[in-house]
Amino acid sequence: MRKPFAITLDPGSSLANHTGTWRTSRPVYVDRLPPCNHACPAGENIQGWLYHAESGDYEAAWRLLTQDNPLPAVMGRVCYHPCETSCNRAHLDAAVGINSVERFLGDEAIRHGWRLTAPAPASGKRVLVVGAGPSGLSAAYHLARLGHAVSIHEAGPVAGGMMRFGIPKYRLPREVLEAEVRRIVGLGVELRLNAKVSDIRETMRAGAFDAAFLAVGAHIAKRAYIPAGSAAKILDALSVLRSMEGADKPLLGRRVVVYGGGNTAIDVARTAKRLGAEEAIIVYRRTREKMPAHDFEVEEALQEGVLIRWLSTIRQAAASSITVEKMVLDADGSPQPTGEFETLAADSVVLALGQDVDLSLIDGVPGLEVKDGVVRVGPDMMTGSAGIFAGGDMVPAERTVTVAVGHGKKAARHIDAWLRGARYAPPPRHEPATFERLNPWYYADAPKTVRPVLDVVRRQSTFDEVVNGLDETNALYEARRCLSCGNCFECDNCYGVCPDNAVIKLGPGKRFQFNYDYCKGCGICVAECPCGAIKMIPEEI
Amino acid sequence: MSFQPVKFYQTGTFTVGNRLLAAEERSVQANMRRTNSINSGHRACQGCGEALGARYAIDAAMEATGKRLIAANATGCLEVFSTPYPETSWQVPWIHSLFGNTAAVATGIAAAMRVKGRSDIRVVAQGGDGGTTDIGFGCLSGMFERNDDVLYLCYDNGAYMNTGVQRSSATPAAARTATTMAVGEPPGNVFGQGKDLPAIAMAHGIPYVATATVAELRDLEAKVRRAMEFRGARYLHIFVPCPLGWGHAAHDTIRIARLAKETGVFPVFEAERGEVVSVSKIRRQLPVEEYLRPQKRFAHLFGKAPRADLIARIQEIADRNIRRYGLVDG
Repeated sequence: MRKPFAITLDPGSSLANHTGTWRTSRPVYVDRLPPCNHACPAGENIQGWLYHAESGDYEAAWRLLTQDNPLPAVMGRVCYHPCETSCNRAHLDAAVGINSVERFLGDEAIRHGWRLTAPAPASGKRVLVVGAGPSGLSAAYHLARLGHAVSIHEAGPVAGGMMRFGIPKYRLPREVLEAEVRRIVGLGVELRLNAKVSDIRETMRAGAFDAAFLAVGAHIAKRAYIPAGSAAKILDALSVLRSMEGADKPLLGRRVVVYGGGNTAIDVARTAKRLGAEEAIIVYRRTREKMPAHDFEVEEALQEGVLIRWLSTIRQAAASSITVEKMVLDADGSPQPTGEFETLAADSVVLALGQDVDLSLIDGVPGLEVKDGVVRVGPDMMTGSAGIFAGGDMVPAERTVTVAVGHGKKAARHIDAWLRGARYAPPPRHEPATFERLNPWYYADAPKTVRPVLDVVRRQSTFDEVVNGLDETNALYEARRCLSCGNCFECDNCYGVCPDNAVIKLGPGKRFQFNYDYCKGCGICVAECPCGAIKMIPEEI
Repeated sequence: MSFQPVKFYQTGTFTVGNRLLAAEERSVQANMRRTNSINSGHRACQGCGEALGARYAIDAAMEATGKRLIAANATGCLEVFSTPYPETSWQVPWIHSLFGNTAAVATGIAAAMRVKGRSDIRVVAQGGDGGTTDIGFGCLSGMFERNDDVLYLCYDNGAYMNTGVQRSSATPAAARTATTMAVGEPPGNVFGQGKDLPAIAMAHGIPYVATATVAELRDLEAKVRRAMEFRGARYLHIFVPCPLGWGHAAHDTIRIARLAKETGVFPVFEAERGEVVSVSKIRRQLPVEEYLRPQKRFAHLFGKAPRADLIARIQEIADRNIRRYGLVDG
């Protein structure tokens, strides 16, 4: 070819120049474990379902959520949301309202009648679940989805356990609970009510069960010795809350004293107020900082006019009064008596001092170990007796609905593996997506949505739900406050900021890929990724 | 603000794109079919701000003109790393020029297009701060004064980086370069009047003058788009950090540009016919130390004998920018 004057070479493209050889470390896309997922006792993939909710696909969000937890509408009302406590967005303005979005998804599912994914083909194995509380329901749900035939034996007349008999209506309306229980039963789970199991081995033999999951909860109220006159009215918190479910409401009188400092004490005091008590006083032996009840519940109770006497114990109870003794905290923070007494008017005293487990069904089962009134289980939730698993309030753990649901899921996976003669190995965890991994500059400023709350006047006289849900607009807004910590949400930043065009965009939903032929390893993509989903690793030479 | 920000879609308009945004709300850079004006395989250093800024600007210009664009390029880093004979990274019609005559070459191209009756073809000229504020200043001022139909893009990295980091008239006060070492009093570059080229361009009364940084892609693209709506001489001054010359980590290029804007060191605004019409406000104001400290060219202000007095003088410059352009509300 004839070339113009002074031109000796053909024109070429810089694509011939593989600048990737300059690199000493390379960027790789990773998924990191978001703090919400890490904190969730039920093991939900929160970031995952928020991702679907962000794009307005609520059904996909609900489907991903219910892979781990069959009770989102219940969770969205009663969960103490450790996810929000650990949310990275709290470093920017306020945590994402995960709990309110969860409730929105749960309510949408009930409203539209979304059905749970059909179970796997039948395995031919039969599993007994004892107790239809959160843990038992969760286990039954997961076992049914894995293809096992599940039968729940519940001692009470309705399903729900502590969600029914321990949590008042103003926090969890019963139709919500019933709708979610119905959906689980709809998977083909057998639910036998009024069927107390008194001997686990006998019941398993009679029903030809291959494995059992015990989740009987903790329903026996703890007592404290209080010298009381014969006319004094002393009740326990659980029976008060339980009788709220029946036709005859408990008669507590005009002045009600509740003894204890847990969430149950708060629930009873708020219930008494709604039943018409002029005064509902909680007597607690330590201070507010030491109170085991959750702060927002204490706050809601105080708003409703519940009174709390800190640093006090009940010494004596009579027909219409009690004697309390003032306490002081010693250096270790334990309350010590002062010898100062005071009399309070009280028509009834309700003890809310915690609960014990009724362990009679496992009497005489060999190998099964009981310690401190609860059943010992291994990391696989199996008791010392092969094939018998346990979870919820009857094993050593924090006693919340969410923990119980998590136990049910975990136990179901191990039961499934055990039935197949295998061991369940959880997939390896991703490294945590800490706030330092993020580039928060890129997130828009957006304050948290506040949930509507019922008027105080109505809260003092009715059992209407206190905290209301979000509508579609603000649920979507709230979902979009998610930072998507550690997981790509396709913001195109890496694709845009690469000075070498070495990021390939694969299209919607397919994320991105590096072109290592040209990537020089500058690391701008890592620094400018908002959610920390890229990391640099040294190049192997 | 030169564009309508998306109020709330998780990341709004801060990120390049976002799967939740409608296609027309995304940036040119988010598009899978962007021009990629400077192709892969160019020989710029790791984390080059100029390579990034040039792709942002020329891709946006290609989009705005329906791909009817010719670029004239001054000698400098941009030319050397993109077009070592006989290979090139450019995916646009592109003409080499001398160090100092880019504006004149572009004027010639524009004249040729006018003669050929091709008013649809638009012309850009581009160069670094050396070729613009020093060597090409005469040609550029002539182009402004004649109001030739050219958009001039200046990629400002504050020194002659291609030849080994010698100072230019855009080098900031106190910065160390090969010709302003960190010795003497004051160490580094002089605290002079500087050569504020956007202001000089505005003084010519040309239709459009704007500044931008590589840290604000949406803003930069909107300004290129806006510039293409005018006929006549236009000037866009783009702040592009240089990891090698400034001595910061390669991955910090965008962060440094963001800090320059957030501290007030580099005001981001646009002006039409000599009047400022909008400014990009500071989102989270920071002291200038935040911008200076990660750069080795300012290392002599910290270290064993910190020069609080010189940092205070740089802060004064930033504060004057903030006052002059109203970069902070209230």
